[in-house]
Amino acid sequence: MSKERIKIAAEMFEIMPSEYQDLVDRATYGKEGRGWKDIGTSKELIEEHSLCAGCPESMAFRYILASLPAPEDTVMVGSTGCTSLVFPHVGVHNIHSLFGNQNAIASGLKRALSVRFPGQVKDVVVLAGDGATVDIGLDMTLQAWFRQEKFTTICFDNELYANTGGQESGLMQKGFVAKMAPVGKTFEKVKLPEIARESGCHYVVNCTVSKPNLVEKVIKNAIHVAREIGPTYLQLYTPCILEIGKNSMEGLQEMRDSEKPTERFAYKEYVSDEAKELLTELAAKEKERKAAAKKQLAEKQLAGKA
Amino acid sequence: MSTMYEVLPGPEHFLPPAAASMGIRLPDPGQAHIHGKIVNEDEAMEAAARQFLSAKVPTIFPGPLVLWAWNEKAAKKATAIRHLYETIKESVTPSQQAMLIPMPDYRPKYPKINPEIEINPNHPNLTIWHNKIDACMFVGVHCHQANLSLKIIRGGTYCYTIAMCAQAGHEDAMVSFRDATADKIMRLADWVKKLKGSVEPPKD
Ligand SMILES: Cc1ncc(C[n+]2csc(CCOP(=O)(O)OP(=O)(O)O)c2C)c(N)n1
Ligand code: SF4
Ligand SMILES: [Mg+2]
Repeated sequence: MSKERIKIAAEMFEIMPSEYQDLVDRATYGKEGRGWKDIGTSKELIEEHSLCAGCPESMAFRYILASLPAPEDTVMVGSTGCTSLVFPHVGVHNIHSLFGNQNAIASGLKRALSVRFPGQVKDVVVLAGDGATVDIGLDMTLQAWFRQEKFTTICFDNELYANTGGQESGLMQKGFVAKMAPVGKTFEKVKLPEIARESGCHYVVNCTVSKPNLVEKVIKNAIHVAREIGPTYLQLYTPCILEIGKNSMEGLQEMRDSEKPTERFAYKEYVSDEAKELLTELAAKEKERKAAAKKQLAEKQLAGKA
Repeated sequence: MSTMYEVLPGPEHFLPPAAASMGIRLPDPGQAHIHGKIVNEDEAMEAAARQFLSAKVPTIFPGPLVLWAWNEKAAKKATAIRHLYETIKESVTPSQQAMLIPMPDYRPKYPKINPEIEINPNHPNLTIWHNKIDACMFVGVHCHQANLSLKIIRGGTYCYTIAMCAQAGHEDAMVSFRDATADKIMRLADWVKKLKGSVEPPKD
């Protein structure tokens, strides 16, 4: 969809609820270099969310939506879980898939979009919980990577099944006791980032969402690599404050504590040689774009003074 | 079926049957239906205009296909819908209140929609109840969402429903047109104008 088509019919503009007017007038569809810094100064692509107050998933959603390189040409695929309650509030095309099927749906969707819109950018981004990605949907997750499907898989890792009250997940830490898993986990947290690398992902990152600029960078990298080369995977720690007994102000600290160098969410990255080359090229172009924009601004200011 | 099912204002019950499953058939091109009976289009135009003129709160619900200017055709329909709304407004008495309420999209919004300014296909009854709407017309709503809304409205409210459908029509509306164009909507406005003053306004 081109940005030009996101227009309200003139006679209908004043009756549209204000959030739609804002989406047309003040959102960042089509804006070059859009990113997390647009938050607060432009219309965000997410409305009020229905997550628990202070849930880090809500921060993650905001940063991710602000960082998509081409939201008007992106389709997100979700799965059941806490994230699925957010998608109805999102101003980006999205498909809700049967729990666990998200990477199969995304494979078909990406292929269909390539046939329907040859030569045009159409990004597909899966966003699902750890239960959907690593347990019930593991088959679909891995098969998509083996087949080198060109889309990004994002896992909101909260280390359990939050939406159904706290059952054990493959990404849960060993020994953890949850409300619905009283015995405690008997085996280690599944090493999905390593599995992703071995399964053919070209860009893999394991981190928390405590730093918006980092989230922006990894989202952009993952989407660009998926667009040009092949599958990419991001595992983002979005702790379920409800299940680990934290209050709504403590999510950020929990992420900071878990990303220390010796902790399980210390920043970890894998980039294939092909992806490295592409990212270097893109970084150079971005530098040029920023320099040109800076120059233009300076010229404008100078002209204004004269 | 010996006695024909009639698509009438509800509240019918919690899960009204799909009118199609009760034997109601869609009109052919050039036709429309009233309560499930196939009629020629002009007859349905007159019936719809009478409903607008005799309702306390005659309302048009435009959907995404006409709210957004996808192409020239959509923009023309939006102009025609606005004209129909203005015509109804001018043609009713001060005790009646014409409304134009959008169905901007189909997302199940949480915690709930604002029924004063929008309608949502997952619970259209909220908007009908809140504004005490007793006659409405859907236009520019994708078929599945229109069917869903029409059934929920028939199930839970007494509102009279009209569908100005761009495809083959809706069995679940009380009056349904098909192959809607901007011209057809303008013709309906002409019918409202023509019947102005000749239809009994609602009693309080
Ligand atoms: C096919 C299917 N199986 C099971 C469920 C029940 N179910 C709903 S949410 C959920 C767990 C979600 O966990 P996760 O993917 O980690 O997401 P979270 O809620 O933690 O964000 C399960 C098992 C379902 N909806 N569909
Ligand atoms: S249950 Fe946990 S993951 Fe789900 S919204 Fe609440 S805090 Fe967030
Ligand atoms: Mg989870």
